[in-house]
Amino acid sequence: MKTSNKISFSRRSFLQTSALASGGMLVGFNLFTACKEDVKPPVDLSLLDYNDFNAFIKISDEGKVTIFAPNPEIGQGVKTSMPMLIAEELDVAWEDVHVVQGKLDTKNYTRQVAGGSQSLRQGWTPLRQTGATARQMLVNAAAAKWGVSASECKTNKGVITNANGDKLGYGEVVKEAASLEVPENVTLKDVKDFYIIGQDISNVDIDEIVTGKPLFGLDYKQEGMQYASVLRPPAFGQKLESFDDTNSRAVNGVNDVIKFGDKIAVLASSTWAAMKGKKALKATWTQDSKAESTAFHDETLLGLLNGDKFDTRRKDGDVKKAFAEADQVLERTYETPFVPHNCMEPMNFFANVTTDKIELVGPIQTPAGTAGQVARMLGRDASEVTLEMTRMGGGFGRRLYGDFALEAAEVSHLAKKPVKVIFSREDDMAAGIYRPAIKYRIAASIKDGKLTGYHLKEAAINGNMYGLIPNFFPAGAIENYQVDTANYKSNITTGAWRAPYTNVLASCEQSFFDEIAEAMGVDRIKLHMDLLDKVKGTTDERIQYSPERLQGVIKKVVKESNYGKEKDVYQGFAVYYCHNTHVAEVADIIMDNGVPVVKKVTVAVDCGIVVNPLGAKNQVVGGVIDGIGHSMYGEITFNDGAPQSNNYDSYQLIRMLQTPQVDVHFIENDIAPTGLGEPTLPPVGGAVANAIYKATGKRLTKMPYMNNMDVEPVVG
Amino acid sequence: MPTFQLKINGASHSVEADADTPLLWVLRDNLNLVGTKYGCGIAQCGACTVHVNGNAIRSCTTTVANAQGMEITTIEGLSENGDHPVQEAWKDIDVPQCGYCQSGQIMTASAFLENNSSPSREEIRSAMHGNICRCASYNSIEKAVEVAAKKMN
Repeated sequence: MKTSNKISFSRRSFLQTSALASGGMLVGFNLFTACKEDVKPPVDLSLLDYNDFNAFIKISDEGKVTIFAPNPEIGQGVKTSMPMLIAEELDVAWEDVHVVQGKLDTKNYTRQVAGGSQSLRQGWTPLRQTGATARQMLVNAAAAKWGVSASECKTNKGVITNANGDKLGYGEVVKEAASLEVPENVTLKDVKDFYIIGQDISNVDIDEIVTGKPLFGLDYKQEGMQYASVLRPPAFGQKLESFDDTNSRAVNGVNDVIKFGDKIAVLASSTWAAMKGKKALKATWTQDSKAESTAFHDETLLGLLNGDKFDTRRKDGDVKKAFAEADQVLERTYETPFVPHNCMEPMNFFANVTTDKIELVGPIQTPAGTAGQVARMLGRDASEVTLEMTRMGGGFGRRLYGDFALEAAEVSHLAKKPVKVIFSREDDMAAGIYRPAIKYRIAASIKDGKLTGYHLKEAAINGNMYGLIPNFFPAGAIENYQVDTANYKSNITTGAWRAPYTNVLASCEQSFFDEIAEAMGVDRIKLHMDLLDKVKGTTDERIQYSPERLQGVIKKVVKESNYGKEKDVYQGFAVYYCHNTHVAEVADIIMDNGVPVVKKVTVAVDCGIVVNPLGAKNQVVGGVIDGIGHSMYGEITFNDGAPQSNNYDSYQLIRMLQTPQVDVHFIENDIAPTGLGEPTLPPVGGAVANAIYKATGKRLTKMPYMNNMDVEPVVG
Repeated sequence: MPTFQLKINGASHSVEADADTPLLWVLRDNLNLVGTKYGCGIAQCGACTVHVNGNAIRSCTTTVANAQGMEITTIEGLSENGDHPVQEAWKDIDVPQCGYCQSGQIMTASAFLENNSSPSREEIRSAMHGNICRCASYNSIEKAVEVAAKKMN
């Protein structure tokens, strides 16, 4: 096996091929380190399994193609869409492709992560180059066989042809191809020649899902495995003082009770016995740090907004001066609650810690980070850890955090047995890593009919808006603009939740813009279009959104929703850019006995090329309905550190009868694709609030909206 | 532990379990029928839906003792080749996102359609209201039930 010494572009060094002993050809590549220039390829691919390459293409002697998909699947569709990119450039019929979830590459990976809606965006070029390189090698092998120039050969769906009318299937040349040099330059297809990208491709696991095959972490079993149910402190800030496990050990099927840290694990031969054993534990707890309640959080965050301890995250012009000189200043405070992730598959993980290896299996969005944490916790070398990713019953950010995998590993280590930790729904909701409560205060100044200043203040629990968010719209569109953030550190665990920060910020800002337009006496759509005109041609590199693309989605949504012209419904508009994708939405609501009912949401999305329209539409619709559910109903409160909801009888998730029809329109263009797992969620709360305002005359500034209207709360 | 005789997907099974064990965990832990999912344990989410004597029930709140003698059907036994009209409709529409709740959705829909072969949109929405889909594939579920109804007629 040879590799090229001349590297025309860096990705080449991460592609290696090998003939398989069993026949066929293996193309190995590391999708994510492929973007770095200075990492050397491993020596002998044939000796490697998954550890140096996180993605593979295997082509059999029969021409069948297996693609090992590198990224974790949480329902966002990458197990289908990423292999589509490879198959397109490899030029094989999708029917001949079989997709398998790749294992974790703990050595070389940089981004084997599901999060931030980045998988497709970052994979777009390297994945297609990989497919194209393999295709070129097959062509080169066929050309050599025929004694013709490779440039005379063409491929079509797994068949190579030449000018003389000769034909060879990929399977007939894989052996030869595997021994060829990796070509230095490959040509990628024109967008117009795509026949897989842009087609509706079903979820690759669809048959297994609809027949109930074991796919998920909770379905995983091993011989001798103990089911573990863990008792954790019932309130944040508490520590374990003492416990009595007599009754627990008396439960049929309970095999052991193990204390670890401030937690107690009950190990049993069945899930039910473990859960019963946990309920039978008697424990006493002491308050070690502050017992926080929702009233305290409200007071603290409002205190921060009223104070002056802010970090300034972006400052253009002079908002103070603009406000002092204004004809009118508008100000609103928006309040958003803690919410749990509520993945339908509760947190769970399998671990088998032995003296020579650590085996981890389960649903995790961050496999490498978690494997590393387990190794460090147990004082073991990272090379001893293997991690197998299962399909995930939802993620929404919760499975970025490997706390449940660490628990499984620690309990397995102590018990010296294979262990599967299973959270009950109550555990899952009460031991959450929540979306934190955040409050915003936004002020705007109007002078001579113009929007002259905009000042956004954020007070949040544990963390603040990150990265480029302070530079999202309306940054760049208003001369005097400032974003300030302040923070309170709580002992309640918080973390990323589908579209972190923007998931509430977008709704608040988009409600506020409705008020600005009203105060200025201008059309809401025109206000946005005019502001976006001002951003065109900006040289400010922090501005990531495209004013032209935002205007494009606005025009599209106005047209498709018949905005402002629909009778018998109240329409609310919102537009937003986040996660590299531009989205505009119009919510249509009716009032039913004083209760707002969202009947329809029209969405215009510019995510560049739509790789898999079927999957893309699912993501858009799901994001919109999720956004409505959480802005209307989602809230978890705390009393003395204890979460006040722990199951679906006390926590409302959106259900069928509350669900509108979502009408999706993609902007057609040839721009490289961006992700869809998150960006349709943030603005929809704003669209709904603006529609409710039209119906009721009441501005909703506190989420969840249904708890802050004069209507009966909904559960079930 | 007592022994119970269960009739599942047309076959008889003898299982050892405490009488209060939910059918859900007997299916999953004792019999390896893991298509039936755990979601809430209190009959609020529908992930664990199976058919008992043709009716959709929540296996998380049905004890193994009460399930004895009943005709139980799980997702694994809904059809021999995964080609029940509801399963076919789910594939046609490409309903699942994460997929975790879908066997419960399919079991609810298939029992519903046995009793109402040409439901209205509103009847479909009411029938499916008890099953939570956290990915919010509700629009697709609604459509798939309509498609399945047509396939069954």
